[in-house]
Amino acid sequence: MSDKSLTAKERLAIERTHMPEQPAEKRARNFTEVNLGLAEAAAIEEARRCLLCKNRPCVQGCPVGVRIPEFLERIAAGDLRGAAEILRADNALPATTGRVCPQEKQCEAKCVRGLKGEPVAVGWLERFVADWAMEHLAPPSAPTTKTGFRVAIVGSGPGGLTAAGELARLGHDVTVFEALHAPGGVLRYGIPEFRLPKAIVDREVKNLQAMGVKIECNVIVGKTLTVAEILREFDACFIANGAGLPVFLHVPGENLKGVYSANEYLTRVNLMGAYKPQGRTPIARGAIAVVFGGGNTAMDAVRTAKRLGSTRAILAYRRGRDEMPARAEEIKHAEEEGIEFMFLLAPLEILGNDDGWVRAVRLQRMELGAPDASGRRRPVPIPGSEFELAADIIVVAVGTRANPLLTATCPDLKLNKWGNIEIDANGMTSIPGVFAGGDIVRGGATVILAMGDGKTAAASIDRYLRENKVARR
Amino acid sequence: MFEVLRNETLAPQVHRMVVRAPRVAKARRPGQFVIVRRDEEYERIPLTIADADAQAGTITLIIQAVGQGTKDIVATPAGGFLRDVAGPLGKATEIEKFGKVVCVGGGVGTAVLFPLAKALAEAGNDVVTLIGGRSASYVILRDELASFSREVLVTTEDGSLGVKGFVTAVLGEILADESRRPDAVYAVGPVPMMAAIAKQTRPYGVKTIVSLNPIMVDGTGMCGGCRVTVGGEIKFACVDGPEFDGHEVDFAELAERQNTYKEDYCRLDAQLDKEGRQ
Repeated sequence: MSDKSLTAKERLAIERTHMPEQPAEKRARNFTEVNLGLAEAAAIEEARRCLLCKNRPCVQGCPVGVRIPEFLERIAAGDLRGAAEILRADNALPATTGRVCPQEKQCEAKCVRGLKGEPVAVGWLERFVADWAMEHLAPPSAPTTKTGFRVAIVGSGPGGLTAAGELARLGHDVTVFEALHAPGGVLRYGIPEFRLPKAIVDREVKNLQAMGVKIECNVIVGKTLTVAEILREFDACFIANGAGLPVFLHVPGENLKGVYSANEYLTRVNLMGAYKPQGRTPIARGAIAVVFGGGNTAMDAVRTAKRLGSTRAILAYRRGRDEMPARAEEIKHAEEEGIEFMFLLAPLEILGNDDGWVRAVRLQRMELGAPDASGRRRPVPIPGSEFELAADIIVVAVGTRANPLLTATCPDLKLNKWGNIEIDANGMTSIPGVFAGGDIVRGGATVILAMGDGKTAAASIDRYLRENKVARR
Repeated sequence: MFEVLRNETLAPQVHRMVVRAPRVAKARRPGQFVIVRRDEEYERIPLTIADADAQAGTITLIIQAVGQGTKDIVATPAGGFLRDVAGPLGKATEIEKFGKVVCVGGGVGTAVLFPLAKALAEAGNDVVTLIGGRSASYVILRDELASFSREVLVTTEDGSLGVKGFVTAVLGEILADESRRPDAVYAVGPVPMMAAIAKQTRPYGVKTIVSLNPIMVDGTGMCGGCRVTVGGEIKFACVDGPEFDGHEVDFAELAERQNTYKEDYCRLDAQLDKEGRQ
């Protein structure tokens, strides 16, 4: 069955569907997923909006190059299995990216339908197909022919898992080393349950294991094992250990009780389950939570604070609304949930009470000046504009830097001045056979860019092995 | 899963556990720690590696069961399993030949002190060990420390063993006596003890190393929960420590941060008591 018969006019007449959501009032009090997913009929109708452009601009917008018109065409035809097969072949973690990708800046930004009206809801459809596949299809199976090459992957975040999936598909023997006690990296410790349920991460990981990927947790490369030791056992290595070093504000009072890095705040809640009634890891709660930052992590933290019972959950950002790097959908959802946004503010000092807990933060108003290196207008302090804002919890979500845990024990690895690993056009580092990607190379970026790196590196590793190595058996 | 091979009681609530963790045993150096999680949904607890046998693939942990997390761990019998053991974490002790060294251990801090003192002695230092406990039954590892220390001095708060009082009184005498004054002091124990010792040694200009145990989550530098102010700068105890120059540490801030979750833990303890401990 095919649906190519639909005319462009008929396709253009269909309006973009709506994502069913938990009501804002209700979801601001629970950790259940906000988006409920499209029904099959709505998904098919949405897929029929795709004009099946010959030059496929959407695919160019996708860091992992998913064949978008092809899988949409299969959905439109009601062939969900066919759609799933395309998606699985191109994307190792489709149920994840369907939920967390900034589609409005990628595939959907390039969609021709967006020029006049709304783009096809590629992200929602990706999620729909991935969820359908998890329900209805057997996990992908391991390839029958093995190459005999062994590849180690450092880090089980989106970059590492994508590379693992690609390499396993090519018949290599893949082992992923994870420092924490559960796989997923930022998908596990960073992104909250209400945006990416951990059951989804578990399923994505199980799919990779079904393809033969081995995952060993509690191995901290740089501490438990060094890269040199890995290279004695493996033919190649992909480092995707993320940018796990929190940046603090460096203002007085930052070590008061109730002040968290976003990494700690989210790890306690997501990885350690502090939000669950039976959770044993504590987290401080308070009536007023103030989160500094304007990215997805800040958004996750402030929405988490709301759900943990803060009556006021405030996001304070030093630039303006238009400069926020967060995903559009998260900003919309946060506003609906009653998150307060305060723009053009910079923290000067965190003030404590007699018990050593936060009681307030002193802020300064900013105005936008000339554009900085990032092209965004630089915030400039307005003299005399200082004021105090009461706060019980403060979360600092102003970015992360490269964690030196691995690189400090691997002196041959060439780094840039920020401590990020340098790679060549093929994703290879200064050590032959050692590749790197994701945030340890880029600094803080997105899930999908890390996945793109994982996919590119996997192809390079495959080529490297075939050209330079002799299989061990 | 990490098998518990031995589990014995050293003192009230203090257990010595031998755990199979071959990768950790091989990589570990004195001063480093592991993060242990008893089972799913349990906390991640940082514990110093007291000793390791790379050949046998085992590590020794000495654990004082104070909170729920440590109680759960020591409740694991020989033949049982710990869900997660991750490490070795932290910087290894920088072992130098100082000459005369006094190693001070308070309570279960003595377990953390043990590998450091051993390594210092092996590096040719003249080690005097000073350990304190609430009463005789709380004084641990005395014989083990005696095997490489020139002298082991003991204090107890009730006088049931050694000198009655605190370790600081004995250390004060040693510092005041020029012939006994050490070139370095290593102190591990409760925050007030380490703070007091750092204050005592400062006028003498005796290098003082303390081992800190702030609240931690991942232990890899990712969360910053264990941050301490050292010499006016933020340091992460998990990756920059756990050992720091005692004269540079802001102990008052550390003591405050340590009690962040005091009430939560009291509540959890009470709740689990009510439900009947597993």
